[in-house]
Amino acid sequence: MPTPPAPRQGHRPVAVVSFAQADNVRRESHRNEVETLMPVFSELFAATGAGITKDDIDFICSGSTDYLVGGPFSFVTALDAIGVWPPRRESHVEMDAAWALYEAWVALQEEGVDTALVYGFGKSSLGQLSKILCLQLDPYAMAPLWPDPVSLAALQARALIDAGRATEADFAAVAARSRRAALSNPKAQVAYDRTVDELLAEEYVVAPLRTHALPPITDGAAAVVLAAGDRAYQWAERPAWITGIDHRVETHALGARDLASSPSTAKAGQVAGVGAGPIDVAELHAPFAHQELILAEALGLGGGVDVNPSGGALAANALMAGGLIRIGEAAARVMAGTAGRAVAHATSGPLLQHNLVTVLEGE
Amino acid sequence: MAERVAVIGVGQTYHKAKRDDVSIAGLVREAALRALEDAGVGWDEIDAVVIGKAPDMFEGVMMPELYLAPALGAVGKPIFRVHTAGSVGGSTALVAAHLVTAGIHRRVLTVAFEKQSDSDAMWALSVPQPFSAPLLAGAGGYFAPHIRAYMRRSGAPRDIGMKVAVKDRLHALGNPYAHLHLPDISLEMVEQSIMLWDPLHYLEACPSSDGAAAMVLGCEQAAAEAQAATGRRPAWVHGMAMRSEPTMFAGRDQINPRAGRDCAKDVYGQAGITDPRREFDCAEVYVPFSWYEPMWLENLGFCDEGDGWKLTDAGATSMDGGDIPWNCSGGVLSSNPIGASGMLRFLEAALQVRGEAGAHQVDGVRRALGQAYGGGSQFFAMWVLSTERP
Repeated sequence: MPTPPAPRQGHRPVAVVSFAQADNVRRESHRNEVETLMPVFSELFAATGAGITKDDIDFICSGSTDYLVGGPFSFVTALDAIGVWPPRRESHVEMDAAWALYEAWVALQEEGVDTALVYGFGKSSLGQLSKILCLQLDPYAMAPLWPDPVSLAALQARALIDAGRATEADFAAVAARSRRAALSNPKAQVAYDRTVDELLAEEYVVAPLRTHALPPITDGAAAVVLAAGDRAYQWAERPAWITGIDHRVETHALGARDLASSPSTAKAGQVAGVGAGPIDVAELHAPFAHQELILAEALGLGGGVDVNPSGGALAANALMAGGLIRIGEAAARVMAGTAGRAVAHATSGPLLQHNLVTVLEGE
Repeated sequence: MAERVAVIGVGQTYHKAKRDDVSIAGLVREAALRALEDAGVGWDEIDAVVIGKAPDMFEGVMMPELYLAPALGAVGKPIFRVHTAGSVGGSTALVAAHLVTAGIHRRVLTVAFEKQSDSDAMWALSVPQPFSAPLLAGAGGYFAPHIRAYMRRSGAPRDIGMKVAVKDRLHALGNPYAHLHLPDISLEMVEQSIMLWDPLHYLEACPSSDGAAAMVLGCEQAAAEAQAATGRRPAWVHGMAMRSEPTMFAGRDQINPRAGRDCAKDVYGQAGITDPRREFDCAEVYVPFSWYEPMWLENLGFCDEGDGWKLTDAGATSMDGGDIPWNCSGGVLSSNPIGASGMLRFLEAALQVRGEAGAHQVDGVRRALGQAYGGGSQFFAMWVLSTERP
């Protein structure tokens, strides 16, 4: 049996052994969250080819937010998509499911938990996202002003231009490359082959951001199976080992941050060991085109890295699942053998406030 | 191999109906600062923050850990937000504790809160959702039929719930942080209070509170340092467990849920407990409506099924002469900042084990249980604390 690469954090090797996601669509009008998740779980278990079922899972953790559903406890019925009988060790984070994966990774560090199911879901079509996301902001000083997420992102893009580190053409280049990559991603929502010049001919939505620099509004869901030690080899020929994982938050006060940089991503990347070896693939959770540039700089990614081969969040932006999908997409490439060492990034909060970095490796 | 973990500092707010003197950030910071002071550490010595609360709609702030990160000294560190319904305060403490036992961090600050006066929990619980039966009567309306089923199944007399309501309010008189201080509480007073959800009178229900709870959890070395700095001993964690069961499942027993029984079995197994009534010196258990004391006495194995009400009736759970005092702090019936209510159970168990509970301290506590439940009794979190290092 091959030996997993030594993890930088924790003391037990843990790997992604399966990943599945729903079709990312603008509006899933025929299925609720449970009905969206159930085929994802079926695909997830079938993908291992090892006959695993929910009964092989020791720990379950999910990520979602009540504000997309517009009601409390949105995770409660979602759990019924699995069927947790007999009762299970289970937990939920009100964050992107990438953080649910973090909690599962922690649980897997201890004996007695060898396998974990992680999932996230978000149906943004149920409400008005530009209003809902305002409720993430400081409830006393910011939220009452209702600053919509695109306007905030435009401030960040402007800060990047003003710092002399990018141009509008750079944003268009990110968008063109991402949507072209998405043409080979059957789950993607927005995919096209257009030139930078074509994209720069678009109208501004909020200057300096044009339509191409914005993410789509997406309904989606995703799930991952993690396994520790030898168990990983039972379920995957080539597990994607998590050799580093860390997350850091910045202040919430936008005026106190340098919006053109991401020190929390840099710190998380450093702790996770991004720079300890060459990176083949990076899946960066950058809903707005300019954010990819900020993240790539924070992680020190060089020219040889294949960034967002899935198309990234510009191709599909399922809230609460998008970060987990980045980890899944990166892991899928390691498992397929097309990448040896990959980095996955997930973000939470306004303008990249909270960032999680995972390094995945084959043997 | 898992590292040891201990509670090395605790802090809570004075729970009230309205804390309009502070923002949400001010509220959580108040509890956090008390916990740091109790542990003898500063913000710089905290490696990570784990925060929990019940549904975001209870305040109207989506994912408030983002806004609260600077108030909790988390900038540049990991912050983590847990939400597992009413059990969340307990689950949050467990997620934090696992960061230490997994060897990831040395000292973790864990915080839970609810500022119910910022919104209306009854409204937030009653928002109509597609394809779901509306819960128009809040939590009490949901649980009352289960209580009636318990009464029918066990043959319990109608005054058992009222006895719990009186007992927990008498306990609360020894807890300066409790929301409700009702020195005149009596069975007559409970019986004469308005009937909300038969058989639950107004005084058999928990209040709506603003409040926060915080704990500093540390590894073995951090525990030794805290004890050297403060003279206060750590409360060692001997067992931790969570269990969830499905919501829509005909095989569920909502009166004596299997998730609760399995969770207790797991946590007792870890701590080597075989006879909980004898081996625990006290317990802090999530009793938001009076009748959940006899129901959880059975679910947690303190007696045989059907006998829980007999323990309550005989005064076994009272600090005044009972052999297994439950909810010496006054429990959820006396303070209910929902997201923090589960953590308060875990925290009060720590206070008892550390001998720091003041006027509601049980003499000579060596081992205590903290329990929280949530949702429609699908979600359970428990820990066992001891004076002894495991």
